[in-house]
Amino acid sequence: MEGNGNSLASLKRGQKGIIASVDTTDPLVQRLMTLGLVEGTEVELAGSALGGDPMEFRLFGCGISLRQEQARRFTVASPVSGD
Amino acid sequence: MTSPGETRIHLSDITVRRQPVASIAVVGSPNSGKSTLFNRLTGLRQRIGNYPGVTVERHVGTLKTDDQTIELIDLPGTHGLSAHSFEEQIAIDVIFGRMQGTQPPDGILAVVDATNLYQGLYLVQQLLELERPVVIALTMSDAAKASGLKIDLEALSERLSGIKICPVVATTGQGINEIRNALVDLADQPAPKPTSAWPELAAAARELAKSATVPLRIAEIERLLVDGATGTNQHVLECLGSNAIADVERYREELFGFDPPLAREARVRYGWVRDVLADVQQKAPPFYSWRTRFGSVINRPIPGTIGLFLVMAIVFQAVFAWATPIMDLIDDASAVLGSAVTVRLGDGAFSSLIADGVIAGVGSVIIFLPQIMILFLFIILLEDSGYLARAAYLMDRAMRSVGLSGQSIIPMISSFACAVPGIMATRVIPNRRDRIATILAAPFMTCSARLPIYALLIAAFVPAQNVGFLNLQGLVLFGLYMFGIVGGILTALLIRQTALRGPKPAFALMLPEFRRPNIQTVLIQLLGRARVFLYRAGTVIFTVAVLVWALAYYPRATDIDPSLTENQAAAAQLEQSMLGRAGKFVEPAFKPLGWDWRVSSAVIAGFPAREVVVAVLGTVYAVGDEADEATLSQRLKSATWPDGRPVFTLPMVVGLLIFYACCLQCAATLAVIKRETNSWRWPIVAWVYMTSIGYVGALLVYQLS
Repeated sequence: MEGNGNSLASLKRGQKGIIASVDTTDPLVQRLMTLGLVEGTEVELAGSALGGDPMEFRLFGCGISLRQEQARRFTVASPVSGD
Repeated sequence: MTSPGETRIHLSDITVRRQPVASIAVVGSPNSGKSTLFNRLTGLRQRIGNYPGVTVERHVGTLKTDDQTIELIDLPGTHGLSAHSFEEQIAIDVIFGRMQGTQPPDGILAVVDATNLYQGLYLVQQLLELERPVVIALTMSDAAKASGLKIDLEALSERLSGIKICPVVATTGQGINEIRNALVDLADQPAPKPTSAWPELAAAARELAKSATVPLRIAEIERLLVDGATGTNQHVLECLGSNAIADVERYREELFGFDPPLAREARVRYGWVRDVLADVQQKAPPFYSWRTRFGSVINRPIPGTIGLFLVMAIVFQAVFAWATPIMDLIDDASAVLGSAVTVRLGDGAFSSLIADGVIAGVGSVIIFLPQIMILFLFIILLEDSGYLARAAYLMDRAMRSVGLSGQSIIPMISSFACAVPGIMATRVIPNRRDRIATILAAPFMTCSARLPIYALLIAAFVPAQNVGFLNLQGLVLFGLYMFGIVGGILTALLIRQTALRGPKPAFALMLPEFRRPNIQTVLIQLLGRARVFLYRAGTVIFTVAVLVWALAYYPRATDIDPSLTENQAAAAQLEQSMLGRAGKFVEPAFKPLGWDWRVSSAVIAGFPAREVVVAVLGTVYAVGDEADEATLSQRLKSATWPDGRPVFTLPMVVGLLIFYACCLQCAATLAVIKRETNSWRWPIVAWVYMTSIGYVGALLVYQLS
């Protein structure tokens, strides 16, 4: 498994990770935080569109789609493969 | 001017007291099942009006009990109390009573999806700070149970200041009575205490409230602190007294430090939500239910993209194939009705008005009701099942290359039915530049009103032969649809490179789980659309039909040679009627396009609503009450210039089709653009731009071939 310091963009399909830190400079990232993408939340990559972008994540039973550009602003700790 | 001693009373200052009515706002995030619940509670006792001043739809339903009438206001979905789109701004302004001429609601019905408590509680937390009584409807509690999720309602209520929580399954009606009972005495209940999620923010707001010149809600000051003095928050700052600007700055620094306030708010509030969930939720919801499994299959990049094109192909197939029998029926009925009137009333102005004006004119529009209903049915189904959001996600990358985002896909797909709801669907697009670019692209999509003229001209002038295994006529129609799509996309690209230059549009979208659309919700929406369409046919189209009839009927010709056949006499009458004269007057402008005065007058008549063009062509080509497509297309084929050359040559017909594909002949679309952009600039730009492209396109095709 990959080590710490990965971003949401580097998760593989079905992999889960807990958000460790967020680079909040992008206003869209702030918007995503108000949708629940904050530190301590477990997130899973559910899939992606053609070419791997945008990506679909699931957290607590809801789905959010965002682009790689924003996904890179969220670092995740200890990604693990899902069941 | 007001003279001395005279007092001016503005209408907005007068509040009319009606019978005591409690108003309750229905608040929830998009896809929380809010509208389904609203429809369950109010059924058909709802009306769509407008907020005064701004022309935003206001959905109000009533709930009658023995001694009380409760007014339920369905608000656009919002995730929280800070606005990121026009639609969310509407919801928030209603909640705070900032819509001109409205009072804040007496109570709040918070709609929370039981399978998505995480985001739901974020909103509820903010609603509890409003100092208004709140009740929670926990929707989809059956889906939550099915996925093994246990929610301790008592513990949850305790964490939420003891407010009532009613589990409900809106699709079956389970739990609806409990909610109804809870709503009845909601307005009289005391407001709940805010949660203890963020005491520092509440304390700062209370401190600021002390110096306020007018009473303010703590929640309003909290929004000012977090969101800054933007939009309608400006007013809150003005009410806080003279020192407010400095004080607010000081508190913001204390509260947020170097953090962006929104990010700070999200961290604090979601931290609290996770803490609550750990207490009240027995088991974390599984990541996969059958719906997500289905979603993940069709959400794989390649099957998903192929699936999207398949879905669109089925929709268009259905629109054309399913609607034909009903359309033929309406066509026959209006022809029979028309000739019956002529037989009954004999010749004369009144008979002609009813048969040629009203029945033929309105009939030629009503005939599209089946197609429009089928198209709307599919779009409502796609939207309600959550598929349109998937389409936006799948198409984001393609849309990005033309300077739009995936979110523009939904308004563009809706515009295939009608640009008016399509343009209204742009309200969810957060960025104004993206939104206007989408609004300008939407009218290019081939709407259902363009179909009749396409169908008429293609049937008349495109040979019904096969190209390979494809039908040539179908291919041309498909080409016209593609032409509209490409036109819209190029327009968006052009406008993003010029007037609306700016950063690339952002994209972030909630992807709801697939769910079976609720029949009641679908039917209510569909009936609403039918009503709007029929209302339009009964008013605008009716007026235009009568007007066009009068222009073609008057003044009566006095010197028509009696030896002429009936049709020739009608043609002679038309030529010297007002419509004929207007057509002749503008003919020089359209002659380079190959149009004679008849076509020109039909085009002129079509500017308020393009639907009437076929009807006008029927009138000007003197088909009269036996108007059906075969005779009209034969007439068109045999129409000649005075020197005997045919009018409808292939280059002319292609040019005419291009003109119709582009030209913005629709007053309703212009009105909705004005309304949604709040300026005359964009409708004028759109009209001039689209009409010139249509004209130049038709000119080039005709002159170069």
